[in-house]
Amino acid sequence: MANKVIYAVYEDPELLKDGARKLVSSGIKVKDVFSPFPVHGIDPIIGITRTRLGIVSFMFGITGTCLAILGIWYFNIFDWPMNIGGKPSQALYKNLPAFIPVTFEFTVLCAAHGMAITYLIRNKTLPGMPARNPDPRSTDDKFIIEVRTNENHGHSSEQITELLRGTSVLEINERQY
Amino acid sequence: MHSEAAIRTPLILGHKTYHDITNDIVAPIENKAPRGWYVLMGIAGLIAAYGTGCILYLISKGIGVWGLNKTVDWAWDITNFVWWVGIGHAGTLISAVLLLFRQKWRMAINRSAEAMTIFAVIMAATFPGIHMGRIWMAYWVFPLPNQFGSLWVNFNSPLLWDVFAISTYFSVSLVFWYIGLIPDFATIRDKVTRPAMKKVYGILSFGWTGNAKAWTRFEEVSLVLAGIATPLVFSVHSVVSMDFATSIIPGWHTTIFPPYFVSGAVFSGFAMVLTLLLVMRKVMHLENYITVKHVEYMNIVIIVTGSIVGVAYITELFISWYSGVEYESYAFINRATGPYWWAYWSMMTCNVISPQLFWIKKLRTNLAFTFFMSIIVNIGMWFERFVIIVTSLHRDYLPSSWTMFHPTWVDVGVFIGTLGIFFTLYLLFARYFPVLALNEVKSILKVSGESYKQEAQKHHH
Repeated sequence: MANKVIYAVYEDPELLKDGARKLVSSGIKVKDVFSPFPVHGIDPIIGITRTRLGIVSFMFGITGTCLAILGIWYFNIFDWPMNIGGKPSQALYKNLPAFIPVTFEFTVLCAAHGMAITYLIRNKTLPGMPARNPDPRSTDDKFIIEVRTNENHGHSSEQITELLRGTSVLEINERQY
Repeated sequence: MHSEAAIRTPLILGHKTYHDITNDIVAPIENKAPRGWYVLMGIAGLIAAYGTGCILYLISKGIGVWGLNKTVDWAWDITNFVWWVGIGHAGTLISAVLLLFRQKWRMAINRSAEAMTIFAVIMAATFPGIHMGRIWMAYWVFPLPNQFGSLWVNFNSPLLWDVFAISTYFSVSLVFWYIGLIPDFATIRDKVTRPAMKKVYGILSFGWTGNAKAWTRFEEVSLVLAGIATPLVFSVHSVVSMDFATSIIPGWHTTIFPPYFVSGAVFSGFAMVLTLLLVMRKVMHLENYITVKHVEYMNIVIIVTGSIVGVAYITELFISWYSGVEYESYAFINRATGPYWWAYWSMMTCNVISPQLFWIKKLRTNLAFTFFMSIIVNIGMWFERFVIIVTSLHRDYLPSSWTMFHPTWVDVGVFIGTLGIFFTLYLLFARYFPVLALNEVKSILKVSGESYKQEAQKHHH
């Protein structure tokens, strides 16, 4: 039997959530959900774990802080200390108050860009990548559940479709792949 | 589902569906631009071209063509720089600070306010660039080994802090803006029919799918970027103010400067957002999304920040007397009664007195009056920077060098030119970019939409 992918199209995020709940409680694995805006509360239903991008951002930020302090120490204290306006660059700890603004800005720079780049790579969204949403309406006003038969061996595609018809679904599309 | 109190004014008027929101925003991009757009674009483009010409003339001749002299060695260049950076602050405040406070009314205006931020910061960055004189040496502001000709840059200097603050602010704002744009570009990509447009928006949308995990990440990234953009925006204008505050010029050497500059920045930025949005909502028929309530909220921000600015002016005046420093007190007496009295009192009228009119509800919900006031506030804030910079410099410790500043046609041309470039960029944005954050506005439709609220009300009784 060929593998099938089933798309259940809903008109409202709440109806989609009810549909997803019903599928999951019948032991069917929901592959993914596509929507024009974030559907709040869908993640625990279909078993999506919290993203770790916040941690990534923190790590990049800390790296930025260290790089900034190391760089400033090397440029202004170690390599070529200057005395400008009677304010000599003597030691890192003595000049640190004046070094805080750049350290802060560089921390933010690294945290923001590090996280943004990680985000784009993890989402597989980069310039020129092809669109991979199953239906063009999913970026407009439709909310779509994707179920794959090869992930649900206990259920036939007919059973899944039957179950979906019991929810407030707008239309059900099947595709071979 | 989260529901909202019936007493709250709806943020989306009329009976809209998700599809209507997409149509209302994407249709102007797909259709031919209205004639008004070409007219405005023509005017802005001409001014931009003239300004670019002035900038090129300035670069080829050197900054001697400005009206600067030995005493007033900083004038319109830095006034314009601070003014433009200040205008930029409102966009970040709306998209970051109001996101942290979960203010839903930000959703209809954040996209265009952020665009304004980016264009304003580009204009601001032009001024330090061109006032270096030798712009081809501009890369010397970055830490470069001594062999490049310059010494290592001085990290003790507020001018260098500015380099890092402005470049970080610009690039982070740009990324924040673009990450929000990606899902909306995907909406346009899936909606338009012309192949060339589909291709272009396909590239811009980075292949966005809108699956559940992508949205989880999207929300996390938005929240974290808002969290770090908030201290960033406060740091940027604080650092700009330290360009002055860390010097020992009477009138500049005050510790009140960072909060005073930041609130002034938000004040002028909101005025510019209003100037732009009041025109845009009319021309692009966005009255159902950018409602009178949105305008009223922004006017309330203007009262608050305008009052902070007023308190700062008066504190500054009081301290100049109370400190007992005669040079300091002279600087302020000279501001109010010296040859630049007209600049000082324009600033006081526009920034301190006029925003107080917004306490009257009739006035702050009147669109024509708001538009007029938004221009007044921006004029006032330009004068604030002019007053701080020029009146503090023109009478220094040596009365024999006292002088006045007279702008030349290049000073004026460059300033007007940046306005032209700014409006050109903004018009291009309004034509080709989704001017509302579609994905955010859709997410509040069933909570804050007028027809849905009425529906909920009926069920309730």
